[in-house]
Amino acid sequence: MEVPILKQGAVLIATFQAALSDADLNHLRMGLVQQVVKFRSRAVIVDVTAMDVMDSFASRTLREIAHMIRLRGAETVIVGIQPEVAFAMVQLGLTLEGVATALDLEEGLAYLTQKFKNTD
Amino acid sequence: MPKRENTSKDSGARSHPGTDLVRSEAPSELLRELVAHLRQNRTQLREEWVVRITETRLLTAMTKDEIFAEATSVYDSYVEALETEAFEALQAYARNLSERIIPRGVETHEVVGIVLLLRDVLARSLFAKYQTDFKKLNRILDAYEPAANRIANTVAVGFVQERERVIRQQQEAIRELSTPVLQVRERLLILPIIGVIDPQRARQLTEQLLRGIRTNRAKVVVIDITGVAAMDVTVANHLVQTVEASRLLGATVIVTGLSPEIAQTLVTIGVDLGKMNTVGDLQGGIEQAERLLGYKVVTLAESR
Repeated sequence: MEVPILKQGAVLIATFQAALSDADLNHLRMGLVQQVVKFRSRAVIVDVTAMDVMDSFASRTLREIAHMIRLRGAETVIVGIQPEVAFAMVQLGLTLEGVATALDLEEGLAYLTQKFKNTD
Repeated sequence: MPKRENTSKDSGARSHPGTDLVRSEAPSELLRELVAHLRQNRTQLREEWVVRITETRLLTAMTKDEIFAEATSVYDSYVEALETEAFEALQAYARNLSERIIPRGVETHEVVGIVLLLRDVLARSLFAKYQTDFKKLNRILDAYEPAANRIANTVAVGFVQERERVIRQQQEAIRELSTPVLQVRERLLILPIIGVIDPQRARQLTEQLLRGIRTNRAKVVVIDITGVAAMDVTVANHLVQTVEASRLLGATVIVTGLSPEIAQTLVTIGVDLGKMNTVGDLQGGIEQAERLLGYKVVTLAESR
């Protein structure tokens, strides 16, 4: 399943679909970092609004994506985690520690704009 | 040697020396006869029943007209249940009736009482009708009693089920009312918790808060637990999970009002205090929240 990746200035926006397989996630991990390199992006927003479950593999992959992207000097923000999914995740101890999160795309972009303003 | 065979072919009719020939009817036929009698004497029997209800001082919460109206529909449903043996329909009727009369303050013993009174009134009328034929009366009662008992049972169970449903509904309402999620500024929610938190309430709290964060697009939440005296380890863990889940929705949580006992519990379970933002009291918590959101509160004198 192809995950659409859009470019908005220095920010890449990847919109996860529901039910991504482990293979899809692996493919995505490589793909996103390559895109960051190609476009010299400063940040990636991963929108998981459509995901109604988040298992430990998906959660770990998201953290790995964020770490890899940080090694390229870019920031990752996960947006759109649904209340039910958040609840299930913390019960399983999947807290996405060390990864920035925001309510939705709008909030994610606002957070990044603020961050860039502070560091520029 | 030729055998002597008994060749009586009458089904159900036996001839014993010394007794009369007895015609035994099928139970359903008896029931039909019984129901017909109850329908024919409907007005009189219903009136008798209402008199008994008033004499026994039942349904005091209702007016005479109301009692009469309900008595009519109960009587008809009773007789119909006897006739059709459709007890599910009767149970549905009983629940429906209960829904109407429970808010009027009618008690279980009153409902069971009036159904039993009706059973007695009808039984008496059967005694009167068949008093000259004791054997027939017995057979009629054989058909009537199990059905009447089943009706009393069904109505009582229906009534109790309805009461339980109302209680559950009220408990749910109380639980919801007692954990309000309040928006006090743009992007700022306050969740004041008062009383005892059990794991079920803790879970409900978390769900309500997460929904509130999404609906109100909150960036900061102040959870005030001044009103919570004690918290066991399970609930303390729930609180930590609430903080973590809120962060996944992009909201920062500030916990205020921790009592010394609760502070002890949190330290004991090894909560990573780096993850938990705490401030002494609610006022302090709101002030910090405002700072986080970029607000600054000044008095009118200062702002000139």
